[in-house]
Amino acid sequence: MSFEAKPVVYGASIGEVTIGTGDLSLTIGGANISPLCFFEAPQKHPPAIGIEVSDLPFDTQGLPLLAALYEGCSDMAERVARAASVKGASFVCLRFESADPGGLNRSVADCVADAVKAAAASPLPIVIIGCKNSEKDTALFTAMAEALQGKNYLFLSAREEDYKAISAGVAMAYGHNVGAESSVDINLAKQLSVLMTQLGVRRDLIVLNPGSAAAGYGYEYVASTMDRIRAAALEQNDTMLQMPVITPVSTETWAVKESIISGDEMPEWGEREPRAIQMEIVTASACLASGSDAVIVRHPVSVEKLAALIAALL
Amino acid sequence: MALKGLDIFKLTPKTNCKDCGNPTCMAFAMKVAQGALSVDKCPHMSADALAKLSEATEPPMKTIDIGGHALGGETVMLRHEKTLVNRNIFSGYLCTKMPDAEIEQVLEDLPKTDYERIGERMYVEAVFVNCLDDAERCITLTKKAAATGRAVIISCEDPEKAKAVAGAVKISALVGANAENWEALNSVATAAGVPLGVRGPDLSAIHDTIEKLEAAGNKNLFIDLGAASVKDAFKNAMLIRRAAIKGGDRSFGYPTIVNLVWLARGDFETQAALAALFTMRYGSIIVMQRMSYAEALPLYGLRQNIYTDPQKPMKVAPGIYPLNGADENSPCCVTVDFALTYFVVSSEIERSGVPVNLLITDAGGYSVLTSWAAGKFSAGSIASFFSDFDIESKIKSRTLILPGKVAVLKGEVESKLPAWKVLVAPNEAVQLVRYLRELK
Ligand code: B12
Ligand code: SF4
Repeated sequence: MSFEAKPVVYGASIGEVTIGTGDLSLTIGGANISPLCFFEAPQKHPPAIGIEVSDLPFDTQGLPLLAALYEGCSDMAERVARAASVKGASFVCLRFESADPGGLNRSVADCVADAVKAAAASPLPIVIIGCKNSEKDTALFTAMAEALQGKNYLFLSAREEDYKAISAGVAMAYGHNVGAESSVDINLAKQLSVLMTQLGVRRDLIVLNPGSAAAGYGYEYVASTMDRIRAAALEQNDTMLQMPVITPVSTETWAVKESIISGDEMPEWGEREPRAIQMEIVTASACLASGSDAVIVRHPVSVEKLAALIAALL
Repeated sequence: MALKGLDIFKLTPKTNCKDCGNPTCMAFAMKVAQGALSVDKCPHMSADALAKLSEATEPPMKTIDIGGHALGGETVMLRHEKTLVNRNIFSGYLCTKMPDAEIEQVLEDLPKTDYERIGERMYVEAVFVNCLDDAERCITLTKKAAATGRAVIISCEDPEKAKAVAGAVKISALVGANAENWEALNSVATAAGVPLGVRGPDLSAIHDTIEKLEAAGNKNLFIDLGAASVKDAFKNAMLIRRAAIKGGDRSFGYPTIVNLVWLARGDFETQAALAALFTMRYGSIIVMQRMSYAEALPLYGLRQNIYTDPQKPMKVAPGIYPLNGADENSPCCVTVDFALTYFVVSSEIERSGVPVNLLITDAGGYSVLTSWAAGKFSAGSIASFFSDFDIESKIKSRTLILPGKVAVLKGEVESKLPAWKVLVAPNEAVQLVRYLRELK
């Protein structure tokens, strides 16, 4: 008995979502195979790698390569232009940390002005992340959606507590895409997707963000949630879980000790930069293995190597 | 592949003699299929039927021991379907073609990464030795590898040389069997009592070689995923595991080895990405050029996560944990009983050197925010912990430090524990070191 493999190509497939317009657009999703199994059948849209830019300058202590990328930049728009030039980046993610009411609490108007300027500076499609405060994010997203109307961007994210206002103000009013963010549980992911579609959000404007964690920090739940979502979408044809999945990896990994502590404080761990890069690369690769259609990372080396990984698997 | 009741029934004598304690052969067969009875409970099964059944009731994937590490033995494709059982191991890499200085560097660096995380020792479990030069150099290098005390896996396609090395050094595995040399290499591996790794230009060639080895009586095998390309190695990993678990193909029911040095030499980031990929998807032995803390921290963390049993919560017992020689006058930090949280927080407190009583409350084994969101870590739960464990009489200090992520609890905790000075620490445990030192 010799070995012969039959390709496993599913009858069902993941929906497609397009971020941006015209030449400046990126489509994610469309898969009808298990994650990264491009040997089964060619795919139109392999997973995309996005690069995170914050409206506050990054902490670059002990990170000479990251510092070099943004050297001399004085605002978000300039940083966006640099970020977009990183090899392998398919989209830029604008993060509005300064809006946090518990932090700098910058006004919606100021953040919108930054977003408009940054978007104009980007040769790549844009994904927008808020400050994780529901009230502020709602105000921020609806105002930005209006100011950036017609651009077809992706806003991350709408959650159980704010999906109505964000879906209405971002997707239904201006046709932007919206992320559905749930807490690492397939049922919660499905429930939010059902609620948003019932509200009237077009399915091809929804991207799932079923939660994330850094490798080693409860990541098993993230992996299993994503594995189950992909299985439900492809094997059971669950239309409410057939949206593409996006994972903001950087917001998780750059908060854990492995990525932040200096080489002086933990001499046996070595320099900070390789640790932060490897933490981001390992976590993002694991997400891709479980079916993320797009991952967001911060470091230019991570962007380049993850894009090369996808290319090597194609 | 699990046999259905009906298939088993066909193999019974169908006499309904009841000697097995069941009313009918059919009832017996159903119980065997469920795993409730073993076939030998029927004294009348023919030898032929027994052979067929024991073959069919074998697990889909063998468990192979490499230097004391159990590999393989998996029964599902994904952890949520049940659990993954035998975590992958990581291996260092040596080659006889390496300049001596590089060899010494690898051997010097290897033991540096060795630490504990939530009760598990994290270190490079094996050393892979690529035996390309003459036997003498191969033996010298393998001896050096063996001196590390790690499992030694030699890669050698020349049976004479493999025999010489295995005769001179205690190895844990030999990889290199292919369509041409399998017979001779089989004798070497069997004589040394070690698992034999099979390789080939494609999966059907590998499968053929495995079938021959199995026919020759060797089922102590593992499979080399190959080094033709990243795409090919990943494809092999997926197809082999799928054939074994879902297709019932026993000849692919073995653990695997993947050599990332051959796939991405010199590129540490790509090797880390691939190591993560093969940890997720079906690499049993992952050979890497470097395992510094930069690679180890995320990779061992990922492996530990993926190989936890989803059916078992990782909890520590609630109670008072005095750290750094804390006594009744030391301040208290409070947190949850999730093993990971306990590990992270206690190691940071230890690093600060400041004596602290760490109070672990019953929060259902969840992380700080998860248990808070689920209502299991609250001012109420903290207050009941204080009364259940009689904290106020055991501890004289009246300083209580809350995790930053639940700063919102401060007011309520103050009103429930009026004698205490309630402080809110930063969000992340890593920030505790400075916080505690400044508190003093
Ligand atoms: C894995 C996970 C789960 C797992 C549980 C795993 C577990 N054992 O806890 C599961 C899937 C079961 C789960 C369920 C839920 N989850 Co959950 N989960 C996560 C996830 C992804 C990781 C949690 C984790 O393991 N963290 C690692 C540990 C080490 O963190 P930690 O305990 O907080 O400890 C850190 C700090 O707090 C600090 N620290 C700890 N103690 C102390 C003490 C002191 C003194 C100091 C200074 C510091 C300190 O040290 C650590 C490192 O810095 C997070 C998202 C994320 N990325 O964090 C969501 C998250 C915590 N979950 C969330 C929610 C809402 C839930 C649910 C309520 C969802 C629901 N509606 O059902 C349920 C509740 C559970 C239930 N069924 O009752 C939310 C909480 C939102 C909020 N801000 O309140 C989060 C943040 C996800 C999100 N973004 O929405 N979850
Ligand atoms: S002992 Fe064997 S033959 Fe007799 S009833 Fe049981 S299964 Fe049938």
